[in-house]
Amino acid sequence: MSLTPAVPTLEGRSGVAVQFQGLHRYYGAVHALDGLDLDIAPGELVALLGPSGCGKTTALRALAGLDTPDAGRIVVDGRDITDVPANKRDMGMVFQAYSLFPNMTARDNVAYGLRLRGMDSQTRSRRADEMLDLVGLAKQGGRYSYQLSGGQQQRVALARALAIQPKVLLLDEPLSALDAKVRRVLRDEIRRIQIAVGTTTLFVTHDQEEALALGDRVGVMSNGRLEQIAAPMELYDRPRTPFVAEFVGLTNRIAGTASDGTVDVLGTRIPLLEGSTRSGKVSALVRPEAMRLAREDGAPARVIAISFLGSVCRAQVRLPDGNLVVAQMAAADATGLTPGAAVHVDVRPSPVFAVAD
Amino acid sequence: MSRRRRLPGSLARWAVIVLVGGYLILPLVSMLEFSTRGDLGTRSLDAWVAIGGDPNLVEAIITTLAIAALTVVGMLALLVPTMTWTYLRVPKLKRPVEFLCLLPLAIPAVVLVVGIVPIYSILTRATRGSPLVLVFIDIILVLPYAHRAIDAGLKSIDVITLAEAARSLGAGWPRVILQIIVPNLRGALLSASVIAVALVLGEFTISSLLNYDTLQVVINLLGKRDSYLSVAVSLAALLFAFVLIYGIAVVAGGKRRPVEESIEEGVA
Amino acid sequence: MASLPASERQPGAGPASGGAGSRSRTRSAYLPTLPFFGYVALFLILPTLIVAVGAFQTADGLPTLDVMTTVLTGSTFHRAFTRSIELSLVSAILGAVFGGLLAWAVASGGPGGRLRQFAVAGSSVLAQFGGVMLAFAFLATFGLRGFATLILRDTTGIDLTRDSSWVYGMTGLIVVYTYFQIPLMVIVFLPALDGLRREWREASTSLGGSAWSYWRHVGGPILAPSFLGAALLLFANAFSAYATAAALVSQGSPIVPLQIREALTSEVILGQANVGKALALGMIIVVAVVMTLYALVQRRASRWLR
Repeated sequence: MSLTPAVPTLEGRSGVAVQFQGLHRYYGAVHALDGLDLDIAPGELVALLGPSGCGKTTALRALAGLDTPDAGRIVVDGRDITDVPANKRDMGMVFQAYSLFPNMTARDNVAYGLRLRGMDSQTRSRRADEMLDLVGLAKQGGRYSYQLSGGQQQRVALARALAIQPKVLLLDEPLSALDAKVRRVLRDEIRRIQIAVGTTTLFVTHDQEEALALGDRVGVMSNGRLEQIAAPMELYDRPRTPFVAEFVGLTNRIAGTASDGTVDVLGTRIPLLEGSTRSGKVSALVRPEAMRLAREDGAPARVIAISFLGSVCRAQVRLPDGNLVVAQMAAADATGLTPGAAVHVDVRPSPVFAVAD
Repeated sequence: MSRRRRLPGSLARWAVIVLVGGYLILPLVSMLEFSTRGDLGTRSLDAWVAIGGDPNLVEAIITTLAIAALTVVGMLALLVPTMTWTYLRVPKLKRPVEFLCLLPLAIPAVVLVVGIVPIYSILTRATRGSPLVLVFIDIILVLPYAHRAIDAGLKSIDVITLAEAARSLGAGWPRVILQIIVPNLRGALLSASVIAVALVLGEFTISSLLNYDTLQVVINLLGKRDSYLSVAVSLAALLFAFVLIYGIAVVAGGKRRPVEESIEEGVA
Repeated sequence: MASLPASERQPGAGPASGGAGSRSRTRSAYLPTLPFFGYVALFLILPTLIVAVGAFQTADGLPTLDVMTTVLTGSTFHRAFTRSIELSLVSAILGAVFGGLLAWAVASGGPGGRLRQFAVAGSSVLAQFGGVMLAFAFLATFGLRGFATLILRDTTGIDLTRDSSWVYGMTGLIVVYTYFQIPLMVIVFLPALDGLRREWREASTSLGGSAWSYWRHVGGPILAPSFLGAALLLFANAFSAYATAAALVSQGSPIVPLQIREALTSEVILGQANVGKALALGMIIVVAVVMTLYALVQRRASRWLR
């Protein structure tokens, strides 16, 4: 069962509302979309996050019209567009890679949609150059795709999609094929441009850092269903299903005993999040930053390895029951910790999710 | 409730396949019909059975198969070490080798024959007129196709990394080639060999102009004498070559898919 | 996207190289390739040279332009070249168009799949290894007692045998040559069609384009160089073909390859000793020109379809 919390209203952004209502899609025996319900507010950027095969790309392609659902409705700006052919849906799409027409310059690529709409040559060129300027490629209009880097190609693809002033902007893992550094820069630019233009956007990715950084709301999908959709911080702090709890962020599984709305972990009693298993032997899903390596309180443990990551340090620690967990702390607090050191571990009392053993 | 729209493109697609494909299949059907004609409109397999009964034909089949086998061996012995070597040690020679292997496409067989007569008269005297001497030139004819198959194979297995790994573990060059590279090229080598066999079975130009009795030459001679038999054996040869090539494609087509990584990354 | 594909990397020097003597080691590294080059030189380059040189020699080996002049200006030879070019041109165009359509139909099913494998295997057999056998297939279909001839006569009354020699003349050659050009087109053109990325079609669609706008602005222009290249290849293939014509045409030598057959098999006439070589040289020149054009066109095609 998918949860649809109240859809936020975003100040100052135009765009149209999008709804998925009970979408089903089968590929043979595989149930790619299992009753998907999703509301996107006008101007909102919703990131769909999930592992390969979870249905996120299927959902996006259904919205684009490149894939026909077997059941359910898609509503855009109040109109049911489920039966509208893909080339009449007025949506802009950015693909993962290779989508620029290789026989056209960047400018001609961007102008393609305008050409199809009957715009004359001069106006098209001008408009295309404006869009290229928006994505930071004002001087590259005359280049062909094989003369552009991966990041530049994706910018052109974005300009091309936005040139037609689409009702909805669809991004299918646009950054996945790029180098890490380019990815981060482009990610921020996409967000900046999206906010400036105000188009309702659906962004599909398997990279949680990307999803949490970009989305007004993030929807986690698994097996064709929407597990939870919420603002990034809420998703991270208050997961509602075991899948979300483990998929988003790093988690340690630590044995504990649950009873009466709380769970006893390593000597501390902490409140349980809604949806957890409420009694008996459980595994508590504890974030690394909630682990404390105090010298006195808690269970005795041994540090196995330390990773320095700039602003934080992560320590791999072996618990008395043999379990290996990861603890994270500010780098300053990690002075004195060395591999082999004996420490005591306990858990901060912020609410956790617990699953049955 | 299923809502499935059939793309208009697929109707056009099947129309083309049926029409053009039909045009291609028509002569094959005709051959089948022609070669199974009996007396007064009956069907008969006499022509097919007669294939085994004509001694010239049988001898030609055996000879041609022998030539094919030797051609495969010669082609492999010539190309595999050479191409592997250019990949591993002398990459500058890759282009020249490729050019030479593609050259037979630009020099028609009928032209090659004209130039090879003096060379072959020497060879014929040396081998006392055995048709096996055709192997030498059949290898040349096969080069373009065999090169393409082996080249594709070498590209796909990242030869350089494999060789570097083997060398760093202590293997010498012969061992690297024989025990590491070649086993990984099995698919490509099989492909090249099958093409070579099919080509030799179908070769006519050079055999006939040099006056050797290979399969195609005999079929051609038969055609003047017994059309039913010649059509039957032609169809048989075509089907045989098709089974070979299709079989290889099916066997090689079972490509292994990369195993999916499980997602373990988290947020810092 | 920054790293080189594996096939382009240079091999490492290896754990035991460099230092003194490395230059001689590098030179000796070329040695193992010698058998290959020697073999090709003997059985490919040498015959070609024999042809090229012999075309300019008299029966006694003296240099002369007479043979080439006879071949280039003599009316029989002139007509043979013209017919060869006509035959190759027509069969190449027909083969390119219908073969291209068939290739598109097969490629639409995506790589892999049984129809595709079947089509590729079938095309390989019919295109390359058919020669004599296809001649008989043709006769079994359109000959005096051919399958199609009989059916057409019985059902529609069209009697193909009224002008019974059409099968053995130029019209017949065009029909049967087209027959093996179509599969060759499928083989040569399929990779180009595979190179059409699905994303291009989908991008065009999502931007509002119909099938026509896609093919007119994107698909067509991208495929044009490959299509032209394939057609050139088909031309060269038809021009060089021997077996089918040799099996069909037993009287007369309407095309150049058959002229060569006549030159080789008939009695050597004084002054006509090297006619075969001259004809062969003529063929080489035509095919070489076509293949060079093909290579140039291919380079343009591969730039876009990487």
